[in-house]
Amino acid sequence: MMILGIGLLALIAVSAFAIVRTDDVTNQVIALSFYGLLFALMFFVFQSPDVALSQVTVGAIALPLMVMLAITRMKHREELKRHKEEKGK
Amino acid sequence: MNRRFRLLLFFASALGVGAIYCAGAGNMPPWGVYRGPYGDVIVGLAVFERHATDTVNAITYDYRGFDTLGEEFILFSAVTGVMLLLRPQKGGKKEKEESQENPASFRDSAALSEAVQVFTTALFGFSVLFGIYIATHGQLTPGGGFQGGVIIAAAPMLLYIAENTEAFTRIVSHPIVEFFEGFGAALYAIVGFVALLIGAPFLTNVIPLGKTGDVFSSGTIAVISTCVGVEVTAAFILVTYEYLREILEREKKEEG
Repeated sequence: MMILGIGLLALIAVSAFAIVRTDDVTNQVIALSFYGLLFALMFFVFQSPDVALSQVTVGAIALPLMVMLAITRMKHREELKRHKEEKGK
Repeated sequence: MNRRFRLLLFFASALGVGAIYCAGAGNMPPWGVYRGPYGDVIVGLAVFERHATDTVNAITYDYRGFDTLGEEFILFSAVTGVMLLLRPQKGGKKEKEESQENPASFRDSAALSEAVQVFTTALFGFSVLFGIYIATHGQLTPGGGFQGGVIIAAAPMLLYIAENTEAFTRIVSHPIVEFFEGFGAALYAIVGFVALLIGAPFLTNVIPLGKTGDVFSSGTIAVISTCVGVEVTAAFILVTYEYLREILEREKKEEG
């Protein structure tokens, strides 16, 4: 159990680093979702299934969706800006 | 601030944090050892006193039920704040009608494969059922109102990912969601006041405890867990819907 716990913690650290190092924002959200899933697994291994249950939905679905919504909006805005600039030329 | 100075600053602070971290880690209890007395006491008492096999929920919804009431209203006021900030601006309604006449003004289609769509739609019913199960069995198995509520609220989000915003909006834009958000929060407080009417302190477990292991057991714990489930479901749905609506309306405004 101890080895599993240490392995999971190391994996979480690695995936957190991977999120930061991911260049594309959309890919970053997918990595964030994976990170949330790992966190849920970690809570389960450390004997708190209650927290694991909420983490699995909040961390793997709700939070990435929120970030995704914000990104969609930003990208759309940039597209509109570019479109207007091209029109102006 | 050049690059060299920044690196130096980083290594100096990393060394400091590392030293404090190592000192703290060396003083931690060994792996898997629990030192406090309260956990052991409450594990022995929860089934006997409250007929609840999930001690965690016996604590959150009964022994420290007043704290959980506060947490519930933190969520409630946070959602109210989001709704207040993202409320439609003046003249927003008129614009909405205009854009409804011209639905081609924004793209709305899922870019996912049919396999993903079928799988996600099939999961919809399952996750709602699973959420209800988790919320109503909080006193027996790990889970409870908050977890169940979040799982139910994740179901329309799955549909949003698989289908499109229209399918999502059709489900969650119903005004009854707002009603349930307040209703769930209020019911928790009402359960607390019922105890006052009988003459017991606020949030005392006054409902008959029932047989340990039954769904209808453990008195107020099961009731409160279900209330929290209703509130959390509505809260999460409302927040996602408000964000999405804000994004869509601004997009329409900017395009128009």
